[in-house]
Amino acid sequence: MEQYIQYVIPNTLTYPILTITIMFPIIGACIGLFISNEKILKYWGLFITFITATISLPLYTHFNLDTAKYQFFEMYSWFPYLNLDYVVGVDGISVLLVLLTTLVMPLCILCSWSYIKERFKEFLFVLLIMESAMVGVFVSLNTILFFIFWEAMLVPMYLLIAVWGGPRKDYASIKFFMYTLLGSIFLFVSIISLYIQTKTFFIPALMDHTYSFSFQMWIFLAFTLAFAIKVPMFPFHTWLPAAHVEAPTAGSVILASILLKMGGYGFLRFCLPMAPAASYYCMPYVIAFSLMSIIFGGYLALGQNDVKKLIAYSSVGHMGFVTLGIFLFNDEGIKGAILQMVNHGITTGALFICVGIIYERTHSREIKDNSALGMMMPMYVTFLVIFSLSSFGFPGTNSFVSEFLVLFAAFKKYKVIGFISTIGAILAATYMLRLVQKMVWADSDGHAHHHDDSHHHPLLDLNSREVITLLVLVVFVFWIGLNPTPLLKIMDTTVVHLINQISSGMSLPCTPVHAQLMNLDSTINTIITF
Amino acid sequence: MQVMLFFPELMLIITIGVLFLLSLSNQSKAILKVVAYGGSLLSIIAVLISFKQQGVLFYGVYKIDLFSQVFKLILTSGLWLIVCLGKDLKGIEEEFHSEYYFFLWTSVLGLVMLTSSVELLTILLCLELSSFALYIIIPFRKRGQYREQMEAGIKYILFGASATAITLYGMSYIFGLTHSTFLKDLSVTFPSMIQNENLILIGLILMLGGFFYKLALFPMHFWAPDVYEGASNETTAFIATLPKVAAVALIIRFLSLCSISTAQITTILATFAILSMTIGNLSALVQQDIKRLLAYSSIAHAGYVLIGLFCMAEGMSAGIYYITGYLLMNIACFYVVYHIGTAEKNVTIDDLNGLYKRSPLLAFTLAIGAFGLAGIPPTIGFTGKLLIFTAAIQKGFYGLVVIAVINAGISAFYYLRLVRAAYFGVEQTLIPFRLSFSTRCIALLIIFGILLTGIFPQVMVETMNRAIQMIM
Repeated sequence: MEQYIQYVIPNTLTYPILTITIMFPIIGACIGLFISNEKILKYWGLFITFITATISLPLYTHFNLDTAKYQFFEMYSWFPYLNLDYVVGVDGISVLLVLLTTLVMPLCILCSWSYIKERFKEFLFVLLIMESAMVGVFVSLNTILFFIFWEAMLVPMYLLIAVWGGPRKDYASIKFFMYTLLGSIFLFVSIISLYIQTKTFFIPALMDHTYSFSFQMWIFLAFTLAFAIKVPMFPFHTWLPAAHVEAPTAGSVILASILLKMGGYGFLRFCLPMAPAASYYCMPYVIAFSLMSIIFGGYLALGQNDVKKLIAYSSVGHMGFVTLGIFLFNDEGIKGAILQMVNHGITTGALFICVGIIYERTHSREIKDNSALGMMMPMYVTFLVIFSLSSFGFPGTNSFVSEFLVLFAAFKKYKVIGFISTIGAILAATYMLRLVQKMVWADSDGHAHHHDDSHHHPLLDLNSREVITLLVLVVFVFWIGLNPTPLLKIMDTTVVHLINQISSGMSLPCTPVHAQLMNLDSTINTIITF
Repeated sequence: MQVMLFFPELMLIITIGVLFLLSLSNQSKAILKVVAYGGSLLSIIAVLISFKQQGVLFYGVYKIDLFSQVFKLILTSGLWLIVCLGKDLKGIEEEFHSEYYFFLWTSVLGLVMLTSSVELLTILLCLELSSFALYIIIPFRKRGQYREQMEAGIKYILFGASATAITLYGMSYIFGLTHSTFLKDLSVTFPSMIQNENLILIGLILMLGGFFYKLALFPMHFWAPDVYEGASNETTAFIATLPKVAAVALIIRFLSLCSISTAQITTILATFAILSMTIGNLSALVQQDIKRLLAYSSIAHAGYVLIGLFCMAEGMSAGIYYITGYLLMNIACFYVVYHIGTAEKNVTIDDLNGLYKRSPLLAFTLAIGAFGLAGIPPTIGFTGKLLIFTAAIQKGFYGLVVIAVINAGISAFYYLRLVRAAYFGVEQTLIPFRLSFSTRCIALLIIFGILLTGIFPQVMVETMNRAIQMIM
């Protein structure tokens, strides 16, 4: 305990909240194996995830805003041979992602209610194990524990795509698995090298340690590869559309809402504080790749005919804003990035649920098969439009706040980056409006092309279960959009602390690339003032 | 109490005697089963009773210490698991069942004694005792055509004999230079000689070559795929696991003689480890026969273990931990292969198709075994890799570890093939497997073993580390 106390605040609650949040879904999953009635099983899954969400709620209400230390800290001795303990805790960054995870999971159960037609028991088991692993990733304060949860997530997600996926599930699932594994094996090596250097696996202690520049470069590259694949950043994004298209709705929602966030979380937790000098050195390159993600993601989304693929590519663009914000190294950028992670989780998750709902009715994800829905499904269309507006950052919705923060930070730092990323924001509006226009109204030729059977059976509008699922997310869209202050406040102290950590480690002079970037910027400045 | 020192071996010898008597008459299968289960369980208990014993027997050639007892525990538990795994011996000719167990026990006796031997000739003797018993049981396979198992038997004996010759040749160098066959004498003269006498290095490597044969490590690996393919499933499960554990014990005994790791030995062994991992993993990618696939995967795993072994101290205890995990995970895989296989035909990956629908438990056992071998947490395979790579990076072998993790990534691909086939393959038949209650219990035991030893490694690693410190 002595080695931890300077970095943490022991749990102020009377019960080990984080461990319960991790363990509850696992226990629920194991009990679920003995329930054979599918109907009961569905309610059981909903019950477990809902209780987990309720359990995790005190993380928000009892969160201490005045400290950057890790809160709700728990420690149990585990493997003293390697100085390895079970340590969990949250700070201003991870608490939001934990809450996002526990919020999204009940909705995943709800949206799979009638979507999953076979092997529901196994589906629920995999989903709940997944929830535990995801919460575990965000609360681990120990690199090995982090890695264990990180890898443990891989197998359930693989199964989710491979068992309940679409026609090309085989290809998509193996691509997802191998890509992520490729990233994580280097993560593993750098975790061990960090341990050899410092004799500890404890993340806050690793952040405090100063490393030589060459060592920083190596671990930065290893970490960045792993997280860039997860985010996914251009050019490592190719697994994402495949996985999204083939995954069942719940799988897509988890993938978009939570799994992708782990990449951004990893950058904030590992790359920046542990390798600040290397992060600064590599900043122009990471930003360049982020911009490419934003532009290419948007550009590719523009040409998609498959709704799911379109949203998948839009994810690449949105996550580009996250990495861009992180690597701007200023307060607004990082806050915007974290908020963007949460918002993307809510909005894109909701969009995938929308796609799932329409897929259940028309059995097609093609835009042309799902056009002119406005007449038949007014409620559905209302939700779709709200989430689409949110997706491209319409003022008043959640994404507007985060994208505005990131753009503001970009203009503040280097105007040229701000200009380029604005193109991405415009692209987002273009492809989302194209989607909405075609789906709500009609094709450009004015005729609706439906499946033959849908002519005979008019499409049913949302039932109450679907309305509840989407309504929860709509509440968050407007709540964060109109009143983002509580969330920004939660992350405030942590982000300030993080920026201090980075700037104290960044004593390096400008590299030629930085100098060029600044030159370019001053040129633009002169043009503007002219 | 001298007899307490030799208690586990005595237990094995008594069982061998009983099995010999049984083989003379035409006994019912039930009695044979009781003897096999009872004998293996009693030998585990015997090791546990004598676990804390220390002492020297037979004029100093036989040493009982924590190190040997740890290995004896692993070996006897492994024997029990293998007896449980192949409880009907459905791959073995009916008339040979009692002989099969007789030779199996003889082989284990040789391996168990090997871990305690501290003199070169005794080591050779025990090695041969275990090998000859194995040479005999490979052709016991029940099959219409005798070609494959005979081929496997001949290959194993010919290559085995050559490996023994190489070991003997290496031993002659060592004896010639040090004038002693006792390891405790060698440990005095070795450290100084190894620095300035290249011959002793050659002798050491040649001698280790024979043990590499047992471990199926490059350059002595080529027998593995053919022998695995030709032998029956239960025999393969044995060949793939226990002799490797004993080989690890021997290699540790010899490497610890050098007390400090010397650059030349490290370079040679690192080369072997890299080639072993790479050749094993790349060859496994294209295999269809599961036993051949597991053979190549075992070649790759021998490479990982070797990395631990030449890192000395912590690395060696990591090596023991890893080989224990390897034993468990391989038994998990062979358990599945045994149950879905028939005596006549080898199991291919296509035979796994639809396994999940036919028997969820078998599919899950296979998945745990395969994911464990791929090194995915929270299995013992992951913790073992963590310990080995930690030891290697501690010694500064960054390049080696990077190659090893890339290999681990490659290996995940073919392990995943097994899982994919079991869970998502298009099934040809839907006849469910009927597993008896005891069989299910064994499967659960293996699964929990792989998970629990992976999640709570403290006790095991502590014990192994103390064992290593005892002989260093």
